[in-house]
Amino acid sequence: MADLLAARTLMALALGFHILFAVAGIAMPLLMAIAEWRWLRTGQPTWLLLTKRWARGTAILFAVGAVSGTVLSFLLGLLWPRFMAFAGPIFGLPFALEGFAFFTEAIFLGIFLYGWERVSPWLHWASGVVVALSGALSGVFVVTANAWMNTPAGFRLADGRAVDIDPVAAMLNPSAFGQALHMALAAYAAVGFAVAALHASRLLRDPASDFHRKALALALAVGGAAALLEPLSGDLLARQVALTQPVKLAAMEGQFRTERGAPLRLGGLPDVEARETRHALEIPGALSLLAFHDPQATVRGLEEFPRSDWPPVVVVHLAFQVMVACGSVMALAALAGAGLAWRHRALPDRRWYLRALVACGPLGFVALEAGWTVTEVGRQPWIIQGVMRTSEAVTPVPGLLLPLLATSLLYLLLGFVVLELLRRQVLASPVEPGRSEGAR
Amino acid sequence: MTPEALLAGALLVALVLYGLGAGADFGGGVWDLLARGPRAAAQRELVAHAIGPIWEANHVWLILVVVLLFVCFPAGFAPLMTGLFVPLTLLLFGIVLRGSAFAFRAYGDVSDRSQARWGRVFAVSSLVSPVMLGACVGTIAAGRLPVGTALPPRLFEPWLAPFPLAIGLLTLALFAFLAAVYLTLETEQAGLREDFRRRALASGVLVGALALGSLGLARSEAPLVYGALTGSAWALPFHLVTAACAVAALGALHRRRFARARALAALLAALLLAGWALAQYPWLLPPGLTFAEAAAPRQVLEPVLLALAGGALLLVPSLAWLFRVFKGARPRG
Repeated sequence: MADLLAARTLMALALGFHILFAVAGIAMPLLMAIAEWRWLRTGQPTWLLLTKRWARGTAILFAVGAVSGTVLSFLLGLLWPRFMAFAGPIFGLPFALEGFAFFTEAIFLGIFLYGWERVSPWLHWASGVVVALSGALSGVFVVTANAWMNTPAGFRLADGRAVDIDPVAAMLNPSAFGQALHMALAAYAAVGFAVAALHASRLLRDPASDFHRKALALALAVGGAAALLEPLSGDLLARQVALTQPVKLAAMEGQFRTERGAPLRLGGLPDVEARETRHALEIPGALSLLAFHDPQATVRGLEEFPRSDWPPVVVVHLAFQVMVACGSVMALAALAGAGLAWRHRALPDRRWYLRALVACGPLGFVALEAGWTVTEVGRQPWIIQGVMRTSEAVTPVPGLLLPLLATSLLYLLLGFVVLELLRRQVLASPVEPGRSEGAR
Repeated sequence: MTPEALLAGALLVALVLYGLGAGADFGGGVWDLLARGPRAAAQRELVAHAIGPIWEANHVWLILVVVLLFVCFPAGFAPLMTGLFVPLTLLLFGIVLRGSAFAFRAYGDVSDRSQARWGRVFAVSSLVSPVMLGACVGTIAAGRLPVGTALPPRLFEPWLAPFPLAIGLLTLALFAFLAAVYLTLETEQAGLREDFRRRALASGVLVGALALGSLGLARSEAPLVYGALTGSAWALPFHLVTAACAVAALGALHRRRFARARALAALLAALLLAGWALAQYPWLLPPGLTFAEAAAPRQVLEPVLLALAGGALLLVPSLAWLFRVFKGARPRG
């Protein structure tokens, strides 16, 4: 039991760490490709300088993302060998495709980062576009595989063995589209807001800096657009969860009783023993409306399912509340920015707004971690929903506490160093455009 | 050819390319660690310059190997990951530290002291990973991994033994040899080039010695592979070709024919790996599990083969362009 907990914690740590860098690998190339395109079109050196500055940070984030992603691909087998022996052939196709997408991303990122003087400007930009596309695609493929664990498809069980395997049907499982869209938008929103926050903080000290103004405008446009679309994709995904994982939905909402016209609970603390969620702000009928687009629809509560099939309700409910709260604040900030920009026909640079953006900087990453907590903890006790329990999948290797501790220390160190390096780079950012910079 | 034989071949190709690319990148770390003499700083600079643009792409071959294993040969994946838990975990720590430290050093833009510290981490973790990778290969080849037992796994016994560790050292020497040979072509500066020529010659001799020593050990420690390497019809021609390739590679280095030496060194590395693979085939995990027994059903293997073919169409020109841009004939700046 202790080893199962250690394995789950190690997996959560490895996922939670990798996701921070993976989203940078998805979204930063898009920001850089747009900035470089602006440079090619306008010839303004600030855009080139911005592209190169962002490239330096991206190089560090991508490297840590690549190696921590490798750790994950091994950990699937090291920690859950029985799961992989069963599931590998079924949901492996998206992993193989992801391999190629990631390969493409790494190749063209090499050219983008190091090839400034070796390929023509438009080829260089095209490499950046390929990086942005393949990065997004590799994220989509990986999330597709995860979606299969939530809504397994493409096989039949016969005596505990999978038969009639259809890898394509497994890849196109019911949750695949909703989860992939939700995650892709989350990546752009989180990274866009974080980058916008960094440049907003510099603009507060140096309001005239053309460099930071351009950077903020671009990052906010990308992050804001994604943050505004994210609630729509969330609605799509939540309705899928309501249909295919009713236990997860009930845990997310703290819904213990089966109810017609179920209320939406904002906040609140589920009491698992008493089987009720207290202190929540309840909006009557809203959960039924959101989950089934019918205010009178019946929402199945946790009481309908055996206690042994419940996920940790408190964790899932709170994580879901945190994700929704962060996402809502970001969407509001995006809306306010769009309003200000439209009214003044200029970059929204009011000091109060810049301060608000700085405060919003980490929210996207908090929402990402919380969202993955909902997805993964909400699926427990299953590793494959309804097919295999996490406890059946864990490795027989003893003493998992040691690799857990070692990995925690290593990732803590790496996280600290990355933050420190990025902080120095932002502090060192130039404020005068036109000053030329080295190739890297 | 059955699909599982094709996929076993694909695994070998991916492993060979991982060795030729990422292996040499690890070897670069070895030479960073061993940099000395009046040009020590220039040697380190050359290593960083050579691997910077390509190490991440080179690294992906390993991910492809893992994915192919768990998708196509799931029955072998579980015993591999359980039996090799410790060396694989150490390999991963090496990979994470090596890559992060390299990026921190290259992009850190910080003090000299911190740069030197990350350089040291980069170099030391470049030693650990190849030894662990080789030890895993040696453990498999020696038939030391139990398949289908209900016993609790033994953490150290399978791989902490003379033969796996010998293969680990052979792998490290081979990667260092590849790196030194490649590095002779990365600089226009005669002194620096001579530094790496000498290192290439020394490590090349070491590779030969370790390869022969491992073969000797294999007689008692890895009888299945040893039997095939000495008894099969292809054994004698294989050893003749490999020996000729090794002699020619060292000869080309000696006569400063660096481009030819690079091609021959890469061929030699590919031959060594292919020799192991041929000797072990059809066993995935000797002596208990063949590729065919471990394979997933046909309806899984065929889409993967299609994906591999499609991916190769995308990948081969992209990789070719990457290497042409950074390793082409143009003199480096």
